[in-house]
Amino acid sequence: MTEVVALISILLGLVFFAAGSVGLLRLPDLFSRLHALTKADNLGLGFLAAGVALVAGDVRIALQLLATWLLVLLASAASAYLIAQHALRRGANE
Amino acid sequence: MNSYASLSPMLQTALLGCLLILLATVALGLTRALRGPALEDRLAAILLLGSGGVGGLFLLALLLAAPALLDVALVLALLAAVVAAAMTRREVTSD
Amino acid sequence: MNALLWIVLDLLLAGLLLGLAWAAVMTRDLKRGVVLFIAFGLLLAVAWARLRAPDLALAEAAIGAGIAGALLLAALRDEPPIEERALGSHAIRDRRLLDIGIVALAGVVGWALLDALTYGEGGQLAAAVREQLALSGVSHPVTAVLLNFRAYDTLLELAVILTAVLGVLALGPARASYRHAGSVLRSLIRGLVPVLMVTAGYLLWVGAHAPGGAFQAGATLAAVGVLLRLGGDDRAGLPATRALRWLLVAGVGVFVLVGLLVTVAGLAVLQYPKDWAGALILLIETAATLSIAAALALAYLGGRPVGWDPSPAAHASLKQKVSDRC
Repeated sequence: MTEVVALISILLGLVFFAAGSVGLLRLPDLFSRLHALTKADNLGLGFLAAGVALVAGDVRIALQLLATWLLVLLASAASAYLIAQHALRRGANE
Repeated sequence: MNSYASLSPMLQTALLGCLLILLATVALGLTRALRGPALEDRLAAILLLGSGGVGGLFLLALLLAAPALLDVALVLALLAAVVAAAMTRREVTSD
Repeated sequence: MNALLWIVLDLLLAGLLLGLAWAAVMTRDLKRGVVLFIAFGLLLAVAWARLRAPDLALAEAAIGAGIAGALLLAALRDEPPIEERALGSHAIRDRRLLDIGIVALAGVVGWALLDALTYGEGGQLAAAVREQLALSGVSHPVTAVLLNFRAYDTLLELAVILTAVLGVLALGPARASYRHAGSVLRSLIRGLVPVLMVTAGYLLWVGAHAPGGAFQAGATLAAVGVLLRLGGDDRAGLPATRALRWLLVAGVGVFVLVGLLVTVAGLAVLQYPKDWAGALILLIETAATLSIAAALALAYLGGRPVGWDPSPAAHASLKQKVSDRC
């Protein structure tokens, strides 16, 4: 049973990853791309990690997955901001 | 880790399929790194590759029964952030 | 079914890697090339993980993608914009020699690949390592090979890093730093630096019984230096000159010292006594981690940090002392 739930969670994560990727390719400009990318990827990784934690069934593994996911959350949010700021600054200079 | 060893073959196949889909998705996003008119578009593709790589490593850790790969995922996430910071500071001294 | 999926996965990974490498090398825009190279490094880390080589995956993620990427980006800072560069001025003088060299290299790699594929089990070396593992002082075979069975090679690798540092120091003073960081970058640095330091310590410690080790820990620690410099620290977090010199030499120094001191106990050079092997390996790895981190951070600085050269007055008195002796 847990395996089914875990698989559904992982598949949901993949859907979000795909959404982020499609957004990166199809959206018109950088800022909308960044927006779609970070939201989708963070959620995607979260669902993926939850599914993997369920399959592993070990609390230590689950905690490690959680910690890595939180780190990716913070890092990608800050990175997206820095990228957007860089683009703005460059656009203002040119 | 004993919990990994008990992966049923069907689950293994399913996870492997998921890993394939993930890799294909990331590959799709990488075309933005090839095309993206500005540097920042390519950086966004690197972000995707970072999160995707972490996700792929999670799945591989399950499939290969290697908890060490979770450490690799952590290091990958950290260094991807460092590289993103390094890239966006690149041209600052011209200000 | 599973086997087929693994093959498809491997083909996809290999194809992506080759495509990225090709695109990175063939592009004319250097910024684009560097970004593609970093993407290549990140993907290669995943490839190593798939090949059941976590140590290599760690090293690739930390050094190949992270530090090398940062170094290339720093090198790009002085690059003139693409319109200014005429492609003709970069033409290689003797193309034929280069072509021969590339064909020869491809031939060697192809022969090595063929040899590896027809090797059969290929387990002789691994079996030998596993037999002797209990005597090595650690329980992770990669660390046992690097720090015990082939310790001499690792010693020479550290010496190579030290030589590279000498090269960096010869380049001149470090280039100007970045301006002060905004609040978001500062918060990112404040969050990442402690995590990176703890992760580096963890990688160093865990190397005895799980994937990790001095090189991976050193590169992770060097990332701290990179972040600090990005945040506006001129010295990339490196200590003052005298301590820095000791740090840079520590890796090779401790290794050589340990190797020579064991001869006092009647053993050969670098032949650790059995009961002390684990502790000695940890000692060497700690020194190596600090050394590698300092070396990579110094490389990111790109030259001599402030205070490396003695002041003019001190320089004059030094010359006086030297000429007095001769």
